[in-house]
Amino acid sequence: MDEKKEFRTMSGVPVASVYGDGPLPGEFPYTRGIHSGMYRDRLWTMRMFAGFGTAEDTNIRFKDLLRAGGTGLSTAFDMPTLMGRDSDDEWSIGEVGRAGVAVDTLDDMIDLFADIDLGQVSTSMTINGPAAILLAMYVAVAEQGGVERSKLNGTLQNDILKEYQAQKEYIFPPRPSVRLVSDVVSFTTHEMPRWNPISISGYHIREAGSTAAQELAFTLANGFAYVEAAQAAGLNVDDFAPRLSFFFNSHSDFFEEIGKFRAARRIWARWLRDRYGAQDERSHKLRFHTQTAGVSLTAQQPEINIARVAIQALAGVIGGTQSLHTDSYDEALALPTEDAARIALRTQQIVAHETGATSVADPLGGSDYVEWMTDEMERQAEEIFNHLEELGDGSILEGVYVGIENGWFVGEIADAAYRFEREVNSGERLIVGVNSFTEGGDEEIDLLSIDPGTEETQLKRLEEIKQSRDSDSVEKALNRLSVEASDPEINLMPAIIEAVKVRATEGEIVQALESVFGTYVEKAFV
Amino acid sequence: MNKKENAPIRIVLAKLGLDGHDRGLKVVARMLRDAGMEVVYLGLRQTTEMVVTAVEQEDADAVGISMHNAGHLTLAPRIVKALEDAGLDVPVVVGGIVPESDLEAMAEAGVAGVLGPGSSAEDVATCVREAVAARGE
Repeated sequence: MDEKKEFRTMSGVPVASVYGDGPLPGEFPYTRGIHSGMYRDRLWTMRMFAGFGTAEDTNIRFKDLLRAGGTGLSTAFDMPTLMGRDSDDEWSIGEVGRAGVAVDTLDDMIDLFADIDLGQVSTSMTINGPAAILLAMYVAVAEQGGVERSKLNGTLQNDILKEYQAQKEYIFPPRPSVRLVSDVVSFTTHEMPRWNPISISGYHIREAGSTAAQELAFTLANGFAYVEAAQAAGLNVDDFAPRLSFFFNSHSDFFEEIGKFRAARRIWARWLRDRYGAQDERSHKLRFHTQTAGVSLTAQQPEINIARVAIQALAGVIGGTQSLHTDSYDEALALPTEDAARIALRTQQIVAHETGATSVADPLGGSDYVEWMTDEMERQAEEIFNHLEELGDGSILEGVYVGIENGWFVGEIADAAYRFEREVNSGERLIVGVNSFTEGGDEEIDLLSIDPGTEETQLKRLEEIKQSRDSDSVEKALNRLSVEASDPEINLMPAIIEAVKVRATEGEIVQALESVFGTYVEKAFV
Repeated sequence: MNKKENAPIRIVLAKLGLDGHDRGLKVVARMLRDAGMEVVYLGLRQTTEMVVTAVEQEDADAVGISMHNAGHLTLAPRIVKALEDAGLDVPVVVGGIVPESDLEAMAEAGVAGVLGPGSSAEDVATCVREAVAARGE
């Protein structure tokens, strides 16, 4: 930190880096932030999510982003890839390359990162059920390009528990899925020290309708569950906990959100130290990414979403986020146009450079209301942890499994979503443009459309790879994978890396695992 | 169909395809229950065949499908046709993100109603009641 540099308000008043008494930002339990100087030292990362069409299409967008000064990539995969299905699967029809990029084999991944130095960029991959397979492909691409796996920087979402609770992109049942997560954690801990193996995500829980406190509590409980699973797999908490990261939603109730972010840091620090025995202070520091609330965007008068996003972005920044994605105003209607995405990024830049919110760490710390809200969020979360501990006979991991299997999480979320909907319906809660102030803004806006030729291109490519690969090696690799999947003592990452290298497809690898793990079918809870 | 005049409407609700966004459909399920209907909630990743089978087995009066993945132009007409082919006079209502420019095509394909974002509980119940009342016309 440059101690000499003076920070002044717009009107010239010099301001200190922090106000109030301790514990200060950078001090345990980090309620006020994980760094002493916060954004004076370094702004948050403005990480925008991108992916569409074929790997070649997305590669062009990636290179544009890097040329424009970005240092981080964030990959959106299409629905079949997220669900572990190949583009030629019957369930994939109409979905290939639609909401993200299609990846079937290592060759797609090679195209996706062509001419990009993986030793220099950091890459975030939003994928869960088949996360281990995509990580294996990333490692294989890097090594083929001469970059050692130990040099790779990035984040794998790899948070399967919230899939059963909220996003519903699961493949295998919970227990074998958590074994795969633990295999990834163990693999990256030993071989990829700069990689974040899980981004523990409340975002989707909130989008599915939870309250702020439920988002906080379910997410941290999932975090505790992964810690327990990794400890049970023989890892030392201080060897992996510093690489765990989080991903929260920033919704419209400004002070509640800020209280939530502050409570998250405090709870994580205390639990990691006191319950899981972490001694390294990096294990205590909760780092998180924030995305503004997609669900708050309205299809009515879409332009006014720009104002919602700005307020939510500011809450994330005052709450101390390490990185931020701002939604585009047209996302209630379609994937964003380039113009809408530009406005979203500019919104972050206004918060960063014009508001002064970055001069002082935790500027709302000490406000009676915000401190009370922080305590209240923590209190509600602790109640939920108690419930899960009871369900799991003292284990949060077991409690989370039980809560998934008996529908507790989905029931809690559906109750909260319905309550919200009834409030909007009755007019008790006003949503501008939806149930109040509805005049104007009827003009249609330009929306992004995806080239319908993508699917055909991708299918042709997949067919060519299947024809040209050595089918004996593929069969051998898939057999090895099934055999090793039956033995929970074996880490599956080496077998998965071998399989992707011989061009086994994502869908084939998933099927080999499914033959041992089974398939998860959700009970239809309303 | 020789159901009693006053029997509650039975509706099958399902998500088709890989899309996992079920918040909206679950809210709709509760809205319809509160409006006095019997809801058969099939949940996620249903195929056309699964929906038709459920309609037959449950003797349902209507089908509600929810889509947030832009697949409505392929999947909704497929359900309408499969129900017709099975000899079932059961209207299909679609909820989710359907751009205004697609509404005409949906109507032409035989979709009885489309419910977009911001539909109230009353809108949802009325749409289903009207679709059921218009059967056989």
